[in-house]
Amino acid sequence: MMRRLTVPYVLFSIWVVVLCMLPFVESSYFVHLATNIALFTILAQSWNFIGGFSGYPSFSTAAFFGLGAYAGAITQNMGLPMELAWIFATVLVSALAALFGFILLRLRGHYFAIGSIAIVEVLRLAIASATDLTGGGNGMNVRFLPGGPEYVGMVFLYTMVGLMVLVFALTVWVDKSRFGFGLRCIRQNEDAANMVGINTNLYKIFAYVLSASFCGTVGAIYASWTGYIDPTDSFEILLTLKVPVMAMLGGAGTVIGPVLGAAAFSLLEEIFWANFLEYNRAILGVVIVILIFFLPRGLLNLDYHTLHRRLRHNAGRNPREPSE
Amino acid sequence: MTNQPILKVTSVARNFGGIVAVRDVSFELAAGEIVGLIGPNGAGKTTLINLITGVYPANSGSIVFDGADVTGQKPFQAARRGIARTFQIVQPFPEMTVLQNVTAGALFARQSGSITDAVEESREHLKFVGLADLAETPAASLTLPNRKRLELAKSLAMRPRLLLLDEVNAGLNPTEISGALDLIRDISARGITIVIIEHLMKVVFSLSHRILVLHHGELISGGLPNEVAKDERVVEAYLGSKFAERQRSLSNNG
Repeated sequence: MMRRLTVPYVLFSIWVVVLCMLPFVESSYFVHLATNIALFTILAQSWNFIGGFSGYPSFSTAAFFGLGAYAGAITQNMGLPMELAWIFATVLVSALAALFGFILLRLRGHYFAIGSIAIVEVLRLAIASATDLTGGGNGMNVRFLPGGPEYVGMVFLYTMVGLMVLVFALTVWVDKSRFGFGLRCIRQNEDAANMVGINTNLYKIFAYVLSASFCGTVGAIYASWTGYIDPTDSFEILLTLKVPVMAMLGGAGTVIGPVLGAAAFSLLEEIFWANFLEYNRAILGVVIVILIFFLPRGLLNLDYHTLHRRLRHNAGRNPREPSE
Repeated sequence: MTNQPILKVTSVARNFGGIVAVRDVSFELAAGEIVGLIGPNGAGKTTLINLITGVYPANSGSIVFDGADVTGQKPFQAARRGIARTFQIVQPFPEMTVLQNVTAGALFARQSGSITDAVEESREHLKFVGLADLAETPAASLTLPNRKRLELAKSLAMRPRLLLLDEVNAGLNPTEISGALDLIRDISARGITIVIIEHLMKVVFSLSHRILVLHHGELISGGLPNEVAKDERVVEAYLGSKFAERQRSLSNNG
């Protein structure tokens, strides 16, 4: 298992280089697209900590993304330098995620999923009603970065890609660490995990915070990038659904899966937007259904090894049969 | 018993809604003992194990393990203190390999230690229970006797001082049972205190140094196996008159 990990590293490195080269070879459309892909990759990688490694189907991505966007925008408008505003947003979101996680992670399965999605709505309403601070439904403007669109485009692309590399490195660490091992145990059998000595609540909260904090950073960067945010856009339910689909498309609980899934999904979405403007959501829905039906464990797990095992499994469903 | 008991349970009780599962149970375990915990279905045996390992908190009473009050502990704390258990219905991490399952026990029951060390140690435990050849197999594809062995290996990897075995022999055939019995004796020889819940009388009586009998959540008898077998309350509650008669005729003939 450890040996095979070198392939993801190589793939990821190539992917990072491709994204970074885009400003030099292609139009600003591609720079925008690349930044978007990096953004979704970070979100999918983040979701992977709680949804993939720990197996808790969290739908709170948009909650932390939106909260980060507002925390960044508000502090930036109050005069905080952009980078500090991003860090502030990250810290604030992490702290709130710890609090929400402490309450929510007592729930399991569907109940947790519903609870996690409720956070999105609660925060959206709270932000929309705090008119004095957030501008309410009118949204709020954030100062644009000076230097012309091309320069700004590059700054945000490299920031996003840099963060993507950071979260990837973190994923690699989690994958190999005692912490990641514990999360996998929790995913497969939480009671048994507790019984072998894993402080399951602490592990889950930590995974949840880890999955939230970078959503906060990305939200804040997004606010600075687009220059305008509003509650509907920042706390978009579609975002909260898309991100887990991306991670699962690639392979939840794996290192490279979310990267692969986010890239594949974003490119598909782009193609459908461009060619089928009216039906793109419908087509996307069909694609999701097909993917879930035929690739329940993601693109990554569709390799010869599993296919072979599945065929053997189907051929002889005899539990007493010794299987080496 | 002059030594300090490894486990001291005092007046422990637990009810679920209106049903009293365990009522005012007190007993002590000496280090190194094998104690059989028997009783009819629903007597509260598994609940008692769950109270000791912290799955449920006790409604009243106290549990002292190795001199420390552990009454309100969580399961992971019990594991770290050196209390391991197996489940009546085996609880593997299904997608992990057999080796990884055992590694989980070796890794998390202690606060520190690297994964590599834990893996190495786990191989030893797998060898001990006879699963070394299946180390790389996914746990979900094991046969029932092997899953029970895996449970044992996982518990042993936790380096427990007290091991609670909840029906490790259920569902095994006679050959497999005798293999399991040898294993349990070997574990006991390592100095680990063992509590064994078991429905098969032959197994408990041949294995245990001492027997505790639960009935309707109460401890109704306790003592040496042959004493317990003759105890009228136990006969009435559990063993049935046929078994008691056979015991009597055996002892008369002998």
